[in-house]
Amino acid sequence: MELNADANAELLIQVIDLVKHFPIIRGIIGRKVGAVKAVDGISFEIPRGRTLGLVGESGSGKTTVGRTILRLMEPTKGQALFEGKDVFKMRPSELRLLRRDMQIIFQDPFGSLNPRFPVGDIIGEPLLVHGLGNRKERQNRVSELMEVVGLRPEYLRRYPHEFSGGQRQRIGIARALAMNPKFIVADEPVSALDVSIQSQVINLLEELQEKFNLTYLFIAHDLAVVRHVSDRVAVMYLGKMMETADNKDLFSNPLHPYTQALLSAVPVPDPDVKKQRIILQGDIPSPINPPKGCVFHTRCRYRFEPCDKEKPEGIDVGSNHRVWCYLVAKQ
Amino acid sequence: MALDSIFSVELAPSFSYWQMVWTRFRKHRLAMFGASVIIIMILLCFVAAPIITATTGYHYTSMDLPNRYALPSGAHWFGTDDMGRDVLTMILYGGQVSIEVGLISALAAVLIGSLVGVVSGYFGGWIDEALMRFTDVMMSLPYLPLYLVLAMAFGPGFWTLIGIFVGFGWMGDARLVRGVVLSLKNMEFVEAAKAIGASPWRIMLKHLLINSMAVIIVSTTLLIGGNIVGEAALSFLGLGIQPPQPSWGNVLQTASGYIFAPGNGPWLIFYPGFFLFLTVLSFNFMGDGLRDALDPRLKGYR
Repeated sequence: MELNADANAELLIQVIDLVKHFPIIRGIIGRKVGAVKAVDGISFEIPRGRTLGLVGESGSGKTTVGRTILRLMEPTKGQALFEGKDVFKMRPSELRLLRRDMQIIFQDPFGSLNPRFPVGDIIGEPLLVHGLGNRKERQNRVSELMEVVGLRPEYLRRYPHEFSGGQRQRIGIARALAMNPKFIVADEPVSALDVSIQSQVINLLEELQEKFNLTYLFIAHDLAVVRHVSDRVAVMYLGKMMETADNKDLFSNPLHPYTQALLSAVPVPDPDVKKQRIILQGDIPSPINPPKGCVFHTRCRYRFEPCDKEKPEGIDVGSNHRVWCYLVAKQ
Repeated sequence: MALDSIFSVELAPSFSYWQMVWTRFRKHRLAMFGASVIIIMILLCFVAAPIITATTGYHYTSMDLPNRYALPSGAHWFGTDDMGRDVLTMILYGGQVSIEVGLISALAAVLIGSLVGVVSGYFGGWIDEALMRFTDVMMSLPYLPLYLVLAMAFGPGFWTLIGIFVGFGWMGDARLVRGVVLSLKNMEFVEAAKAIGASPWRIMLKHLLINSMAVIIVSTTLLIGGNIVGEAALSFLGLGIQPPQPSWGNVLQTASGYIFAPGNGPWLIFYPGFFLFLTVLSFNFMGDGLRDALDPRLKGYR
């Protein structure tokens, strides 16, 4: 019993059956004619100090997952537990306090910084909003944060447009760190950066994780990046979970046909390696009207009898590896 | 530290946003002309007028009936009017009122309009719907007859005039600001502000309105000019500023009755008209220049 409680305490984030539908409203009376099923029943958990990589192609709903957990969007259904407390049931006052513990790093280093604020004000805004410290203390904290992310504190009066993309991303990271959060949603934090800068920012994120015992939900579509940073990986397709496993397991032994296709698309920097690419046919179907049964069956090369009829259940194949696929069930 | 060596690259000397605006504004000839005229005009009306009164005793209440319609001379640079008052003094005191009405009403209208616009754009939904339909209604009212009725109902005067201009002047800005806010509110820096727990008011004032300043400042400038003309029009119709308190509008109105008077008569309409024209033109020039300087992307937009 005691052991169980202990194991629970180690889970910082627990998401249970998260659903987010965007209603489609038409006509003068605002009739709901349908819904975009951006996220349709996703569950996962992240232990403290670990990184979960959330992968999927554009439109798979991975960004929506991040935003709803932070309550930047209201969920349709489900639970998101932060240290055992349901984020979705929190009152505004509780939510405000929670914001100190949960932060986000954005994809676009240009759009995520207010162009009229000097960098020091951007990084110090969380402290100001939460009334932490006086002017002097806030200023010291800002300088400290700038040093932590590798920016010169002298530049705190400069404006965002004076910095490069990588430097701006560091500003965004410093802002996220300002209140010493426990959990950070990194929403494609490097996909807008040059490859050479990507590695610097990723190294920084890893350094910070070690230093401050941070927990990351790392959203990305670049598998090489995810492989590098994640302890565990979850693959999403059309708002649904396809496969989730520990990092090594997923990359060495992908079981879901979709994961296999994704992995086969990762370029290998060696001209002699002849790789068999699995080319997916067609486009990702509309999340307004997702396919029946397994949402991936329209593009799956192994599809058979039950695939287009009923949703597959998650199957545990051992060592914390779960797959939502009939093919695996058959074997 | 390894990171340090990579990121200790020196940045170019800093130019703040307002420094860049000033650099661009200074290069705009018409705008600089407009700004200079406005400054001179304000100095003339608010500083020179009391000095003239103090040194010569001329005031808009000091009549000199034997000396009516005197042509310009060393004693009266613009001559005298139908009651022997110094025309220059009349115009400068009139300018005080006209400029005050223009400034106060434009600032108040823009303030209200911006707030309506930012609330409407940020919250969206039924709040947006309600505010924008109200704006539509206000915009479709036939304003001139309403001006007349309201001026009569509240009694013509300085504050009635400002009330009318504010009441019927905020809608343009409300729409303008709402449009800008709609394009800004989905930017990630607004989401970032939400994520750190900033209140809606903070987001609206500190993030959205600050980034709408370009259009707000430009439209304020243009509105000041427009409201000065509006004051003149209403005063000309006898529904604005009431004599003996002069304003450019009612000085024009009085003058229009003496076009065929002897001596200085025909000129009486020229001086206030010219001052009015020059001031409004200058505000418009300055508005154009500010628009180009504040946000070069807005060029050609009004």
